[in-house]
Amino acid sequence: MSAAETTTAKAPPVRHAPPPGRGAGPTDVKTAGKRTGGGPGAGVPWLLLAPCLTVLVLVLGYPLVRLVTLSFQKFGQPQLWGFQEAESAGLDNFTRILGDGEFWAVVLRTVLFAGGAVILTMVLGMLIALLLQRVSTWVKALVSIVLVASWGMPIIVATAIFKWLFDADYGVLNWLLDKLPGVEMIGHNWFASGPQGLAVIMLLVVWGAVPFVVITLSAGLTQVPKELEEAARLDGAGAWGVFRFVTLPILKPIIVMLTTLSVIWDMGVFPQVYVMRNGHPEPEFQVLTTYSFDKAFVVNDYGTGSAIALVTVFLLLGAVAVYMRQMLKIGEVE
Amino acid sequence: MGWNALGLLVFAVLGFPVYWMVNTAFKPAKDAIDPDPHFFPSTFTLENFKRALEIADFWGPVGRSLVVSLVVVIIGIAVGMLAALAISRFAFRGRKIVIVGILAVQMVPLVAMIIPVFLLLNDLGQYDKLTGLVITYLTFILPFTVWTLRGFIVNIPKELEEAAMVDGCTRTGAFVRVVFPLLAPGMVATSVYGFIQAWNEYLYALMLMSQQNQTATVWLGNFITKNGTEYAPMMAGSTMMAVPIVILFLLVQRKMAAGLTAGAVKG
Repeated sequence: MSAAETTTAKAPPVRHAPPPGRGAGPTDVKTAGKRTGGGPGAGVPWLLLAPCLTVLVLVLGYPLVRLVTLSFQKFGQPQLWGFQEAESAGLDNFTRILGDGEFWAVVLRTVLFAGGAVILTMVLGMLIALLLQRVSTWVKALVSIVLVASWGMPIIVATAIFKWLFDADYGVLNWLLDKLPGVEMIGHNWFASGPQGLAVIMLLVVWGAVPFVVITLSAGLTQVPKELEEAARLDGAGAWGVFRFVTLPILKPIIVMLTTLSVIWDMGVFPQVYVMRNGHPEPEFQVLTTYSFDKAFVVNDYGTGSAIALVTVFLLLGAVAVYMRQMLKIGEVE
Repeated sequence: MGWNALGLLVFAVLGFPVYWMVNTAFKPAKDAIDPDPHFFPSTFTLENFKRALEIADFWGPVGRSLVVSLVVVIIGIAVGMLAALAISRFAFRGRKIVIVGILAVQMVPLVAMIIPVFLLLNDLGQYDKLTGLVITYLTFILPFTVWTLRGFIVNIPKELEEAAMVDGCTRTGAFVRVVFPLLAPGMVATSVYGFIQAWNEYLYALMLMSQQNQTATVWLGNFITKNGTEYAPMMAGSTMMAVPIVILFLLVQRKMAAGLTAGAVKG
């Protein structure tokens, strides 16, 4: 109890004192450097890191290496059971998938899906976070409860709920839409077409992702100094101007982080598609994750599945390169 | 006033799916498949819950999920804490690379790892074993724990430790007596959140465990059969799975947000 009180009492000054971004970091590290630098304590941080790095190398490093080697191998059922040695396939797996029109259709679909979901999540998240600053306390409390409830909802449960909401015959959404004048929706099967079905899945993804964005952005918004906003307003900036030139720059590190995480998560969407389509996504529902999964575990071609997974990783790395650059820059300052 | 109305609209839209789950869970099955939806349960019934528990064993999967999640969190916190301390309180050569490395690890999508992990566990004879699941869950729990705990540690002023050291504490002593108590709430929050993440994992649980060793998330799949989905019991099952998790979430989310933002803003 008292520990919790002290944290809240002690933390804010530090959190607010330095301008967001660098500030506290460099000086902190410098003093620490003086104390430990080169002396007998120099090995301490590595000692502390050792268990973590060991576990990560074992649980992640090895599979990652295996993923790369697999993607250059012919590896199917016989190799899995050990009847046959895995043989090198050279670049075969890659040339095959890269030369396959279906693969590129899947890539495009995945990029559109993830891009749409990320943009929708970030825009809605920002709007709701800004709205929460303007509503009464009780409305804010209500919205917060709902946000936390949907944030904490297991993905699998959320998927089940959305499947039920969008059910062709008994889904409440069709019934609601049908009430609109001139709209006939009863019995409409949302999953009969890929784009419509994926739009539903996108809504599900966004619904699950918005709370985290709103809550993090709200926390960030409390760090925007009121004086700065007022000064901007006195200088004649409108609501948009204040947002564009005061709020946005201060929130930038948080926004970049949230966008990056969203890209990673939304490119990696799997259970939502898999469960929505009862474990057998139709061709027009395939995204990179399910496609790789299908190739590996349905067709038993682990080599090709790995090649697809590897391509996905590279796509992601490209997408988050901006973020990595910023992180490296922060590292350099230190 | 206008803002409040808009806020209430957001409340209604975001909250509706959850409401519909609970509403369906408690209404008689025949009301659930009525073409005219019932917005309130006409009679309040627990029949769907009973049916959900009949369809497939519930407590086995829940027990397995519980064990796996707890073990993952305990290992994750113990190991992650030391690492978080190293990168937030020490200056050393390679610190930057470690930070970027730990962050980068989170960028590897789980799905990309499923094939080699599957083959690896197959080779090790850990396929369909809870230990195998624990090992794989560490891949995403550990980077997360390090990063969040770091966020909490940077919020604890260094001066407090220094003051304790001036007063004669050793560095370890200063940590144990000063930092650790202040960090405790952050550790609790990180543990709970990590627990929830492990509990909610679906893909590995689906791939690495057979039907008789399935975990809680995969359990829900039992409601989807070839003859269609039993929605009313499924919503009851969903409610049983979601309510405890949401309550845990309510308890820690404020702390989590603070830790995460500090981690994002402070280098």
